[in-house]
Amino acid sequence: MKRWLTRWTPSGRSLVTSVPYLWLLLFFLVPFVIVLKISFSASQIAMPPYQPLFHWASEKVLQIQLNLGNFAFLVEDNLYIRAYLNSIFVAAVSTLLCLLIGYPIAYSMARSSPSTRNILLLLVTLPFFTSFLLRVYAWIGILKNNGLLNNTLISLGVIDQPIQMLQTDFAVYVGIVYSYLPFMILPLYANLEKMDLTLLEAAADLGCKPWQGFLKITLPLSKHGVIAGCLLVFIPAVGEFVIPSLLGDPGMLMIGKVLWTEFFNNRDWPVASAVAIALLMFLVIPIMYLDRAQNAEPAEGARK
Amino acid sequence: MATSPRATQQKFEPWTDPDAKSYVRIEKVTKKFGDFIAVDDVSLHIYKKEIFCLLGASGCGKTTLLRMLAGFERPTSGKIFIDDVDMTAIPPYERPVNMMFQSYAIFPHMTVEQNVAFGLKQEGLAKTEIEGRVNDMLQLVKLGQFAKRKPHQLSGGQRQRVALARSLVKKPKLLLLDEPLAALDKKLREHTQFELINIQETLGVTFIVVTHDQEEAMTLSTRIGLMNHGEIVQVGTPSEMYEYPNSRFVSEFIGSVNTFEGKLIEDEPSYVRIECADLEAPIFVNHGVSSAPGATIWAAIRPEKITVSREKPADADNWASAVVRDIAYMGDMSIYLLKLDSGKIVRVTQPNVYRHADDRVTWDERVYLHWHSSSPVVVTK
Repeated sequence: MKRWLTRWTPSGRSLVTSVPYLWLLLFFLVPFVIVLKISFSASQIAMPPYQPLFHWASEKVLQIQLNLGNFAFLVEDNLYIRAYLNSIFVAAVSTLLCLLIGYPIAYSMARSSPSTRNILLLLVTLPFFTSFLLRVYAWIGILKNNGLLNNTLISLGVIDQPIQMLQTDFAVYVGIVYSYLPFMILPLYANLEKMDLTLLEAAADLGCKPWQGFLKITLPLSKHGVIAGCLLVFIPAVGEFVIPSLLGDPGMLMIGKVLWTEFFNNRDWPVASAVAIALLMFLVIPIMYLDRAQNAEPAEGARK
Repeated sequence: MATSPRATQQKFEPWTDPDAKSYVRIEKVTKKFGDFIAVDDVSLHIYKKEIFCLLGASGCGKTTLLRMLAGFERPTSGKIFIDDVDMTAIPPYERPVNMMFQSYAIFPHMTVEQNVAFGLKQEGLAKTEIEGRVNDMLQLVKLGQFAKRKPHQLSGGQRQRVALARSLVKKPKLLLLDEPLAALDKKLREHTQFELINIQETLGVTFIVVTHDQEEAMTLSTRIGLMNHGEIVQVGTPSEMYEYPNSRFVSEFIGSVNTFEGKLIEDEPSYVRIECADLEAPIFVNHGVSSAPGATIWAAIRPEKITVSREKPADADNWASAVVRDIAYMGDMSIYLLKLDSGKIVRVTQPNVYRHADDRVTWDERVYLHWHSSSPVVVTK
């Protein structure tokens, strides 16, 4: 009896590691399989609003009906392709902007004195203390025609007429860059902060001016931080729904908005699921490729 | 003490030649960090092709001095000349100086080859010349077959040689080495010391080495500059530092020593007698000493310059009686810790000349110590 118990009671270690696996299984893999299943069915007016994949044709015949029409539909109607491409374009530009703004911030944080560093780190994470939605709403107040920005510019005499900023692409970029900047700064900071500064002294010793040392040593060594930051910004930005619908032009095609329309307005769950699955594939394949490239070489440049 | 590999080479003593020009000139250099004085009014002349060791305990300012030579720190006051050019305000990337870092600071994202080529590429040399020089240098440090490896695939000793190759390939006028052997284990360290000297002789580069290890300094250097609290305490060849220390600090830092505190009871130009509270007989030194009458002085005697015997020496001076407290058998020699009647412990080393040692003195035996009148070094501070 005792032996039986020890054989079947999991060890402490496997118990601890099983928790994250269980979590991923329950809240990630199972929903994904459900969405995948729905994407292969056809819509119908019922509850739930899609046909089952499996049904018994006769007593001994189980019929599986895979409807590939949803995916074919995504290709046939160029609305979806355009929405995907536009989302990827917007996300890519936003990621680049975040990198250009975030890198200098992360760099100066990493090179400041330890006490200032902690204050700066707190300031970067401070926006998270307010709801994301509220912060996006606040931008409406800033960007609208009689908002903070336009009024300030008019009172300074820079412009006579308010500039239309809300409901433009500009507002969407502002919103995305503002919201996702901390996700760029934090991994970059973590990477730059642990860099061995004697490497820069060695570079200077071998004839590098400070800017050359940055280009040849700091920048290549922060590669992993750049990749991590870009993924953290790019992935959620592609599927972003709230920011374009609050700040952007209602006609702006974004895949997140298309998904929302399919799901809630058209109640076409299968097509909505197909849109989601296709989006996932678009994102997962390049990420897996990046991940493999990253694993090919171990982490470098860390201080010993 | 390890035998110096320099013993085999011909005499190289430019510092004794009044006409010789110094290559590196440090003039009254002081460096302060806030209120802390890291380097205090140091002046040094270092000659071409020397291996000059800055020796001292950690925090004595030796690394700060080295970093000022490399250009990473600016002196608070004073000037540094290399080959007669004032380097004080020149940034590190424009100095004809290269440094080997204690942590090696090898670029982890580059291969061995790229690391070594880095400095040459920075100079904008032709590709073929870079390749040639990198290959020659990798052959010299015996890393030829590791050229394509990344640093994390190398052992500690190999990394050390990459760092050396990278700093030497630019043919610097002066190579600065910060604790070059500290990260290596003992066997490898001894081997590398000799290799370092060979490379230095092949290339004819002037070396300035920072180390806290006095044995390393003795083995490597043409001259040693011993530092304490930011000041240079004494500069000299390894044997000068060992046999003619100018203070108790130097005698105790380099090698081990027995120091007896006492007063002069006879002060003649050709000899002195010193009375010590710890010893029954006075110390007789066969040369004159310059000291204020009545002042406290110290006689320092090296452990290997004292003999141990069972018979009482016939001389009236230079002996003591003691009890054997401890013996450490080291193979080539034995270390005896002997307790004087005053309670002071004296350290004596005796070479084990004969294999059979039945008649050697043993624990708790009463013995007599004796030394030659030329052995004690008298220091006044």
